Amino acid sequence: MSAPAPAGTRPAAGPGDEPLVQVEDLRVHFPITSGIVFQRRVGAVRAVDGVTFAIRRGETLGLVGESGCGKSTTGRAILQLVRPTGGRVLYEGHDLGALRGGALRRRRRRMQMIFQDPYASLNSRMTVGDIIAEPLLVHRLGTKEERRRRVRELLETVGINPNTVNRYPHEFSGGQRQRIGIARALAVEPNFIVCDEPISALDVSIRAQIINLLQQLQREFGLTYLFIAHDLSVVRHISDRVAVMYLGRVVELAANELLYGEPLHPYTQALLSAVPVPDPEAEERRRPIVLHGDVPSPVDPPPGCHFHPRCPAAEPGLCDVADPPLREARPGHLVACHLVTADAYPRLQAGDDDTVVVAGKEAT
Amino acid sequence: MSAALPQDGGRGTQAGRAAWSADAPLIEHRSLASEIWRRFRQDRFAVAGLVVIVLLVAVAVLAPWIAPHDPTKQYDEGLTAQGMPVGPSSQFWLGTDTLGRDLFSRLLYGARVSLVVGVFANGFALLLGVIFGLVAGYFRGWVETLLMRATDVMMAFPIYLLAVALVAVLKPSIWILILVIGIVYWTPMTRVIHGEVLSIREKEFVDAARLTGCSDARILVRHILPHLVAVILVYTSLGLATTILFEATLSYIGLGVQPPTPSWGQMISEGQPYYLSAPHLVLYPGLAIMITVLAFNLVGDGLRDAFDPQQRRR
Repeated sequence: MSAPAPAGTRPAAGPGDEPLVQVEDLRVHFPITSGIVFQRRVGAVRAVDGVTFAIRRGETLGLVGESGCGKSTTGRAILQLVRPTGGRVLYEGHDLGALRGGALRRRRRRMQMIFQDPYASLNSRMTVGDIIAEPLLVHRLGTKEERRRRVRELLETVGINPNTVNRYPHEFSGGQRQRIGIARALAVEPNFIVCDEPISALDVSIRAQIINLLQQLQREFGLTYLFIAHDLSVVRHISDRVAVMYLGRVVELAANELLYGEPLHPYTQALLSAVPVPDPEAEERRRPIVLHGDVPSPVDPPPGCHFHPRCPAAEPGLCDVADPPLREARPGHLVACHLVTADAYPRLQAGDDDTVVVAGKEAT
Repeated sequence: MSAALPQDGGRGTQAGRAAWSADAPLIEHRSLASEIWRRFRQDRFAVAGLVVIVLLVAVAVLAPWIAPHDPTKQYDEGLTAQGMPVGPSSQFWLGTDTLGRDLFSRLLYGARVSLVVGVFANGFALLLGVIFGLVAGYFRGWVETLLMRATDVMMAFPIYLLAVALVAVLKPSIWILILVIGIVYWTPMTRVIHGEVLSIREKEFVDAARLTGCSDARILVRHILPHLVAVILVYTSLGLATTILFEATLSYIGLGVQPPTPSWGQMISEGQPYYLSAPHLVLYPGLAIMITVLAFNLVGDGLRDAFDPQQRRR
């Protein structure tokens, strides 16, 4: 068994390249039912409500947003762990939603996931060796001896002593368990990995190691990542492009420098202003934009722009009526906001006493 | 354990490779069965229980050769002049019963019925309960509704009445008895398993297994079933006692094992009226049931711990 791609290759993501993964108008609605024998549908939680983006070969797309905005569900729906209610997921041009059973299993072999909770994502009744060998076993890859060697190789790759194959997950620390989970994901030579908050459950001291490991593996094997997180500085560090989600929708999507340099969407601006700065003096001057109210319930999202009830710049009669489409407002900078024009956008600034001043709105 | 775990140091892949020599000997990959047996052996009580069970099985199988008397023969010298059973003597080691039959021989033969009924009836209930519980909990949907509502309906029947009705319609025999007890006892098992599966199927390692390409059957057997072992073993070792007593009850009202074939339950019910004047009639079969149940409980406990990797060192 050889590595899926020669080490060091990372194909440049030119505009002409076909994206590895395309997500088109993805919707995941969880039904709310009542009744015991004959269940009636009384509503739905719109966890993901029309998400469209593409992931290029070899890039890392960061997906950020607060808890409950649907970012994890998006990742799971791409892998068909949760079947989408609507929309399509194309992987290398194939519609995954149309596949069932064995066909899906074979197609999905090159798509893997790294889970948030390293304690729940490893079967506590299996040895480390069995956990990592299982993907090879079910896809009938190699002989028993080859599989054994491959497990050893994978453990070395993620920095775990290969002589621990007979140990059980509970004998390892959180960071080591996450490495084992990564080895399992790598076993079937994937080219696309969904990292679902892979470091959120880890000690702060371990996080950087796992991030570095993920980046090294990306370089070595030419991996493509969808990196889901709520830690904005980590996403900035690892991603090439970043998508911001709010209440089941993508509100802004742009290359790292563009999004962090000049966030156009009011929600993104508020989100970024909440990130602490490592420099104590700058941190002293930092004035977070405080949004009022709570995230509305995804069971009954507000009409028009999902963000308008909390948006200081919202214009009555426009934002609460029409859905803003995700459009390219600047070259390579996609945003879903009515108020962003070619030369202006609502610029939020923190005023006194948690008030928010909207600058730049006059220009529109 | 041999080598110390490496610290989760700040090394990445390249550094990681250097930490272990590439041609270090491969550690042997132990099989699950040998690992479980290794852990089971360390539990002295469980091993003692296993020894008792092996002895019981041997006794049941070898009863015709080791029993000193014919268990159904009524000995004249087995009764006193007043027609009361005699106590232990050199001829009748544990005394006789109310008809002058040798209690010890009947006890040996009784092991056959009790063990066969206990093991097979429980096994049958277990099989149905685990299959239905797994399928209902894992696949959800209409299968779950159908199976779980059927379980509710079964549980709504008074179990003794149901058993009596079934045995009355079919001709009483030991196999009918096993079938009936199995049918009566699969429902609580199904419910317990179903509930457990509902919580386990949502764990991330099940998603991981699905992603790595495991089929539903493999996920059920390899990933979900091992987490049910504790519940199944505890439930079965308790169920064994209940089943042996249930057999006794049915035999008592004449719907179980037919006289003169001895079973422990039947012996207790026959001796029950004389428990003041001849306590040994109920004492010995009662002890036999107790020892059997205890042995199965100990083995069940030992197995549960052996299956749980986190319990390995005590």
